[in-house]
Formats: sequence, structure tokens, C-alpha cells
Amino acid sequence: MKTFAKRCITAVALASLMVGAAHAHRAWFVPSSTVVSGDNVWVTVDGAISNNLFFPDHRPMQIAQISVTAPDGKAVQIANATVGQYRTTFDIKLEQKGTYRIAQANSGFNASYKEGDETKRWRGTLQEFVAQGIDKKPGVELTSTNRRVETFVTNGAPSEIKATGKGLELVTGATHPNDLYSGEEATFRMLNNGKPAANVEVTLIMGGDRYRDQAGEVKLKTSADGSLKVKFESPGMYWLEAEASGATTMEGRQVKSQSTYIAVLEVLPG
Amino acid sequence: MRKTALTLLVPALTAGGAHAGGIELTVEIPKLSVAEYHRPYVAIWIEDASGKVAANLSVWYAVHLKDEEGEKWLKDIRQWWRRSGRALDLPADGLSSPTRPPGANKVEFKSDSGPLAKLAPGDYRLVVEASREVGGKEMVEIPFKWAPGTEGTASASGKEELGAVTLKLVK
Repeated sequence: MKTFAKRCITAVALASLMVGAAHAHRAWFVPSSTVVSGDNVWVTVDGAISNNLFFPDHRPMQIAQISVTAPDGKAVQIANATVGQYRTTFDIKLEQKGTYRIAQANSGFNASYKEGDETKRWRGTLQEFVAQGIDKKPGVELTSTNRRVETFVTNGAPSEIKATGKGLELVTGATHPNDLYSGEEATFRMLNNGKPAANVEVTLIMGGDRYRDQAGEVKLKTSADGSLKVKFESPGMYWLEAEASGATTMEGRQVKSQSTYIAVLEVLPG
Repeated sequence: MRKTALTLLVPALTAGGAHAGGIELTVEIPKLSVAEYHRPYVAIWIEDASGKVAANLSVWYAVHLKDEEGEKWLKDIRQWWRRSGRALDLPADGLSSPTRPPGANKVEFKSDSGPLAKLAPGDYRLVVEASREVGGKEMVEIPFKWAPGTEGTASASGKEELGAVTLKLVK
């Protein structure tokens, strides 16, 4: 059983096939279908933060931060939303043809500083950082954070996924994330703040890890142009997480940056 | 999984032939003894050597339902949906038709009209894909050479959702 999940994913690009430590608290959206047809189409979506994929067993997704974007770029109202103990559920009517993005995105600033021997942590906006005098604290380090959790649903033919330009994200590369089939190699494209996300670490785990002794996570890395090649051997729902950190300058200030991206991808039988 | 015919079609060349020949297909839908039976959705198309759809022949689905509700399950004819169905505006004249009952279902396509009129001579595969509600999916393929004015027969068979599929070229 140990090698099962690993067999499911053949890493093509710079794959260091290592089974890492079990990652807890994974966020995800799982739609009832990722590929739909017809003129009167609904999908229902579960959103949760769980230990096992994709079984809600820890926390529901916060509903206020959920956004659904239609193929034309307009926001879509979610329907029948319910926040349960372990999961959030909502429905979406797909009135347009093309690809919908279902996401939870947030960004902000973290800081750490010294107060005597103690390390203090702070979170807020850049304005608050100055207004509260955090910028004057000893040993202060400011970090800009971006986090996006999403999934895709396509009605009819897939349409282009346009960059939001904020943080790490997956956009349409040679392969569309709603056009994945087992036995085929997919080439994704990852951007960080709108630019190719080079050498970004990506973790891929197939759902159903509850039934395996090891989650079998596969570590991948994007290449210099931000592309990521993956061959999915088995159909199923997959959880992809990418993380990038760096440094930037904001308003003349040295700022660390940290971006996390999570996508749930469905691979259909080829 | 794809089932490919073992017998390659050998076309018998014949002289002349300005007649409207074409393709006669027989698609057998097996009679199944299951608790809940629904007729399968079936798509029939011709693809070239690279797997590109060269002609869309038929899609049998629940066309009679109000508000085009039957289209909801077209995506379950998975390979057809991916290769061409998802880009079509359905229902489409000459393509969409009702589901068929178990038994041998005959369909004919003329070489001088409809989807075959634009099919260039060459090597192709006929693909029949079936997807049944609360049931399975299956695909049957028959390689053939398209040269209007030739005759020949080839067949292949499915195991679960499709029975014998016979392709007959008529001049």
C-alpha cells in the first residue's frame, strides 16, 4: 500500500520523489462535477479544511471569503450556502459556457518583532503597520502574504484562466485544469504576481489518503518559465499545493513575501 | 478502455460509382437484466489517425426532455464530449436523436450529404461510445479506409455496454 499513491503520479519535471511528513489541515473546495454539460446546470461545492482528502473532519471554509468568477470575469452569487461543523456547502448556477473559478483568496501582512527576549507576532495592513508604530519596533520583519485556494468547473468547452496578478496561481498553460485525463502528461503554468513562477515547490496528493498508510505526496518543482509537468497515472481528485517565498520592496521598505496556492484538480479516466 | 477490431477492413475497389453510397452501421445495444435500466447515451463519430474528429455522425440522448434537460448527462459520453461534444451547440440537426432500445440499431449515412460529404479519402477509425445512467461506459473502434465507391464490411464488439458494431461501406 505504501507505494500505491506514488504510482498514481509520475513526476516529470525535477521530481524529487519523497514521501514527506503527513501534512495536516489541508484546505480545499470539491465540486460535485468539474465537467458539466447543458443549459441549466448547477454544481454543488464543499469547502473545508481537513486532515484527510477529501473528508471534512476539522473546520469548515469561511464563507465570507469565497468568490466565484464566471468565464466572462464577473462575480457569481453563490446559492444555498450553509456553514456546517466540518464543511461549508454552496451551489452555483453555471449560466455561461466556459470555465468558472471557485476560490478563497486573502492577502495581508505579518510582522514579527522583539519585545525584550520575547518574539511578538502581528497581522494587519501596511497602513496599520505604520499607524500602530510596529515599523519602529526592534528587530522588526515585515512579510506580505498571499493565499489562494481554488478549484475549476467547466460548462462546455474550457475557457482561458486569466491571471489575477496576485500571488501564486495556476493559469491556462498547454493543458487546461479541467482537461485532465489519466495516462496523459499535463503541462500547467504557474505565475507569481503575474510573472512566471520559477523553481516553485509543488506538492501533489491524490484524494482518498484515508485508505492508504502513506499519503504518498509527490514533490515537484516548476521550471524556469513557470511550467509544471505532471503525468497522472490514475483518475481521481488531486490536491495541489505550491509555496513561494521571496523579498520585495514596498513603499521604500524591505518586505519578505510569502505566497501559498492550493488547487483541487479532477483527473478523468483517459 | 478501447476495443479495436482485429479484422482490418479490406476495401474491394470497383469501377465507376457516381451513386450515393455511404456507410451503413449496425450498433447492437445489449439487453441487460438490471434493477434500474436506462437506455444508454451513444455517440458515433469518425476520427483520423491522430485522434482528431473527422466527422460527427450521431449522438443518441434524451432529446425529448423539456428544457433540454437530457443534455445534462452528455458529458458522461466522456471521450466524445472531450473531443467534440463540448464545442457543439446542441441539439444539432442531423446529429441529435433519441436513445435507442436494446437490439440491433441500424443507421445510414450517405457519402454525398451530411457529415460524410466533407470526409476526404483516407484511413480512419469509426468510434462508438456508450454511457448508461446508473451503468457503465464502453467504447468500440473499427479502423477502415474511406474511399467512396468501394465496398467492404468490418465489425468489432463490446463486452458490457455495446454488442456487435458492424460498419458496411456501400457504393
